[in-house]
Amino acid sequence: MKRYPQLRMLATIALLLLLPFAVGTMGNAWVRILDFALLYIMLALGLNIVVGFAGLLDLGYIAFYGVGAYTYALLASPQFGVHWPVWLILPLCAAIAGLFGALLGAPTLRLRGDYLAIVTLGFGEIIRIFLNNLNSPVNITNGPQGIASIDPIAVAGVSLSRTLNVFGFEVHGLYLYYYLFAFVALLIVVVSARLQDSRIGRAWVAIREDEVAAKACGINTRNVKLLAFAMGASFGGVAGGLFAGFQGFVSPESFSLLESIMVLCMVVIGGMGHIGGVIFGGLLLAVMPEIFRYSAVPAQQALFGKVVIDPESLRMLLFGLALIVVMLYRPAGLWPEPRHRRELAGKKS
Amino acid sequence: METFIQQLFNGLTVGSIYALVALGYTMVYGILGLINFAHGDVVMIGAMVALSVTRPLVGVLPGPLVLLIGLVVAAVTCMLLGFTIERVAYRPLRKAPRLAPLITAIGISIVLQQLAMIIWGRGYHPVPTLLPGGMHDLLGAQINDLQLLIIATAAVTMVALMLLVNRTRLGRAMRATAENPEIAALMGVNINRVISATFVIGSALAALAGVMVSSHYGIAHYSMGFMLGLKAFTAAVLGGIGNLGGAMLGGILLGVIEALGAGYIGDLTGGVFGSNYQDVFAFIVLIVVLVFRPSGLMGERVSERA
Repeated sequence: MKRYPQLRMLATIALLLLLPFAVGTMGNAWVRILDFALLYIMLALGLNIVVGFAGLLDLGYIAFYGVGAYTYALLASPQFGVHWPVWLILPLCAAIAGLFGALLGAPTLRLRGDYLAIVTLGFGEIIRIFLNNLNSPVNITNGPQGIASIDPIAVAGVSLSRTLNVFGFEVHGLYLYYYLFAFVALLIVVVSARLQDSRIGRAWVAIREDEVAAKACGINTRNVKLLAFAMGASFGGVAGGLFAGFQGFVSPESFSLLESIMVLCMVVIGGMGHIGGVIFGGLLLAVMPEIFRYSAVPAQQALFGKVVIDPESLRMLLFGLALIVVMLYRPAGLWPEPRHRRELAGKKS
Repeated sequence: METFIQQLFNGLTVGSIYALVALGYTMVYGILGLINFAHGDVVMIGAMVALSVTRPLVGVLPGPLVLLIGLVVAAVTCMLLGFTIERVAYRPLRKAPRLAPLITAIGISIVLQQLAMIIWGRGYHPVPTLLPGGMHDLLGAQINDLQLLIIATAAVTMVALMLLVNRTRLGRAMRATAENPEIAALMGVNINRVISATFVIGSALAALAGVMVSSHYGIAHYSMGFMLGLKAFTAAVLGGIGNLGGAMLGGILLGVIEALGAGYIGDLTGGVFGSNYQDVFAFIVLIVVLVFRPSGLMGERVSERA
């Protein structure tokens, strides 16, 4: 398989095309979960640039998702009465989120490690609190109620929220969103992979490994770090825009610290800096809680004859335990970057 | 002026609690270089355990005694919990990549919150008032016994901790381990024991803070540890993480700034921003401080290390 890259690509594309139909046999709810998994994968790939490539621990990443989502929501909803087309808004989401990324990066460049982590965390909270409270004196974000009835995404005049009739086949909107998201996610994967092998990508890795040495080698560490922040943020912004169109509703509580932590877990559990690992991590952590959700009640009924523990609690409890167990047995992630793995195996400190 | 003094005292009260929690973060960070994300939830467990113990005793025994019993039980529970957390989630990962223990810490935090939710439910629990609620008129501000007690207890605890770290054998071992674990081990320090002791002490402080914060606000909730932990960690970074004095200063400063900020923001901005921006204050102060002093107020400049 390795010797036939075209074949591999074809197989991947075929798998991506058929996946929702395979999943859809279990009900449309699972296609919806798949759509969300793709959004999470986009986020994880974006955060991977910041954390995995450049080694900058960012605990407020979800803020950029929020910025993207609110950009879309404000420009395509009755809130201000504007209804811009999606192809105009999405690049704008990326640009505005990227701007916020640079804005966060600029004052924090001198900070290292955990100081940076706490500042990014603070930044994420600031954005959320502003989204929550900017309904007075001028109503911009509609406060905690959020913005509703956002225009669905329309591609070539076809709204993705409705069931499409293709030659007598009924294709549900969830499938259409799936294809759009898969396309964008694939685009992000390609951009990430190309970036990784580029001059910039190597500069990021150099900074991650040793900032002083990188600087001595002539890398402009300030600009390159800013670029990492802005790039990662713009991916998050696009994902946010898609989320707003898909969901039709945004509110500040979708952008809490827990979500930032979730995305970070995807990156670390999958394998930091490794695109394949990050995709796997994103898929795993997006789908796993849902499996727990659907199996919690029947499993308890089978074991005890009644529901002993609230399924929502049980789901999160198992999730927390899974995080601990995975890290204890695979501290570098489930599918780490080969180069990273070599370093870890070679250095016994 | 009265608002000023009133808010100053409120800030001092909350700030003392932040400082106690921040000490737990900073001690662990100083020795392991690890953000113990679960620390805020240990505070919550402390508050919840104390509440469960005291509730049936209210009216049976005198209030202060009940409070003391609750505090002791909570402290013992939290110490055991802290000890276990370190053993299970952090010790096996001491040589792992830096982010691995951070993720287990997050895992522990989630587990503790969900366990608390399963045991105590989702609701907000009212905390019984166990102390006579005498109000004192101090420089035109109203301050009650509980606030005075919180400030005094926090001060005494912090002095005791300083003595422990600077004057005792264990304290010297802790400082040596923080400086360089390998060399400390060569000098005959049992590092594992020192680290366990650090977690146990930090958790006892967390239990104390948990009882204080739930009595101060009169409410306990399974997710109360989260924001508190966040603020306390902010305070620890503000003061310079790894530095005990810094954590105390940072905590008190943060409490006072928040209280004054919440009290005055409406007047300052002509009513555009209200006190719902209180939480923003903490973080903006943090960012501004770190921009000008990247290693915190009292942190020493650390050299770059790979």
